[in-house]
Amino acid sequence: MEALVLAQAAKVDTGDTAWMLAATALVLLMTPALGLFYAGLVRSKNTLNTFMMCIAAIAIATVTWAAIGYSFAFGEANEIIGGFDHAFLKDVTLEPREGSTIPHLLFFAFQGTFCIITVALISGAVVERMRFGAFLVFAALWSVLVYAVLAHWAFGPGWLLNGGTLDFAGGVPVEMASGFSALAAALVVGARKDYGRLALLPHNAIYCLLGAGLLWFGWFGFNGGSGFGTGQNSVLAFTNTLLCPATSLIVWFALDLIRGRTVTAIGAATAIIVGCVLITPAGGFVSPGWAMALGAAGALPCYAVIAFRPRTRVDETLDVLAAHGIAGLTGILFVGFFAQESWNGISDGLLYGNAAQLGDQALAALAAPAYAFVMTFALLKLIGLLMPLRATQREEALGMDVVQHGEEAYVSGEGAILVAPEPDAAGEVAVAQPG
Amino acid sequence: MKLVIGIVRPEKANDVLEALYRAEVRGVSLSRVQGHGGELDRVETYRGTTVKMGLSDKVRFEIAVSDPFVEPTISALCEGGRTGEVGDGKIFVVPLERVVRIRTSETDDAAVTPVGA
Repeated sequence: MEALVLAQAAKVDTGDTAWMLAATALVLLMTPALGLFYAGLVRSKNTLNTFMMCIAAIAIATVTWAAIGYSFAFGEANEIIGGFDHAFLKDVTLEPREGSTIPHLLFFAFQGTFCIITVALISGAVVERMRFGAFLVFAALWSVLVYAVLAHWAFGPGWLLNGGTLDFAGGVPVEMASGFSALAAALVVGARKDYGRLALLPHNAIYCLLGAGLLWFGWFGFNGGSGFGTGQNSVLAFTNTLLCPATSLIVWFALDLIRGRTVTAIGAATAIIVGCVLITPAGGFVSPGWAMALGAAGALPCYAVIAFRPRTRVDETLDVLAAHGIAGLTGILFVGFFAQESWNGISDGLLYGNAAQLGDQALAALAAPAYAFVMTFALLKLIGLLMPLRATQREEALGMDVVQHGEEAYVSGEGAILVAPEPDAAGEVAVAQPG
Repeated sequence: MKLVIGIVRPEKANDVLEALYRAEVRGVSLSRVQGHGGELDRVETYRGTTVKMGLSDKVRFEIAVSDPFVEPTISALCEGGRTGEVGDGKIFVVPLERVVRIRTSETDDAAVTPVGA
């Protein structure tokens, strides 16, 4: 037994570890970048609250990930859920995780940053009205009961991974999970009070572009790190992360031109994110040429959903479903058609003679959205029984920044009176007795 | 002719515009102002600094109308701007000496009557 363990114990590779340390930091940057992107898309009175939901995701999801989420995701109890093997970082050491060349602790940190960004993504469905406290409770429960379970299915080793589903960097637990959870969250929390009646417009397109640019930058760590080293799949995924969003941008420009006769900036910011999401499940599995095709073709369904959604009563405010759910689903299915063993060394898709791969991908594209939607719907209904999910109409009118945080994003300071600490008694006496 | 000045909550500005539109009052100017009208101060904290925000954001409507439109304008402002809480704002009605429409040099009632009305 001991000899077997020794034989399996791989050595830590310094090059792989160096890249994964950097990649982990890159993925963490994506969450404040998302905060900036989301903050630009809301009205100015909700800027801070929107950004703070992303910051809160870092706090909450990191702690739940260390406590139990990582164990549920990467423990080996069964194919549905990971169990308690690694609860509170038990046996997560500096030795490499089985089958990898980086320290287990680093693998834990890298995967933790994925959980964080996914929780932050869902906030886009409920900004401008959900109470901050209720969101914190939701974030804690969702990160463990939804994210960790889906991560186990796709990466774990869970039933999707073992069944042959290919998901390079998180089409299942990150993109489809956040997108379809966002839809459920929007339905349970309900529309903003003025939704569909007044124009509720983005207040700062610069934030959107800068946020999207930083997200793209971070995504090189997200996709490029999902090969857990510096191997060929990592290089392929890294380069595809450059190629795919570029073609998404061009197609988005064309669609904007056809629809509104101008190329819009907020459309461009959205296209960058859509392109990055499209390549997430496919990054290390498809050729650079097919990555560019994916960016172009995959932009179409996402654009259609973004154009259609505001005509409905569903106030899925920042279109997480379109940009993440639909794009993630498209990317997962794309792998089933265009995966190429000569590039990925693992499996071919339908086009290269392996029709079964498409079946495996379709299974993930059904199971993940269904689980995410149902669980999120139930979780929020449950939390709603214990505490109000949303602010009152009056608070919503005032803005979530002042109501939830007691701050404003664009404070002028005019008319602000300093609230001094209690003056000490001696000082008062001295002033009170002039001359 | 009167100049009706209405100062309302920014979040009620759209409701006021809607009410004015329904009352067929056209020709409106509005600006963002800061003011204080006896409502409770908001307390905000920035790191260690706690401040009372003495001024609140308001929206100021300026509407020049002919005499028959004074009452409809006032009731539209009240109807659109009211929440029932302190801080809903005020309406000031002041007499107008002269109005000139720049494009046509029309004056007074003709100048405050919107084109096409």
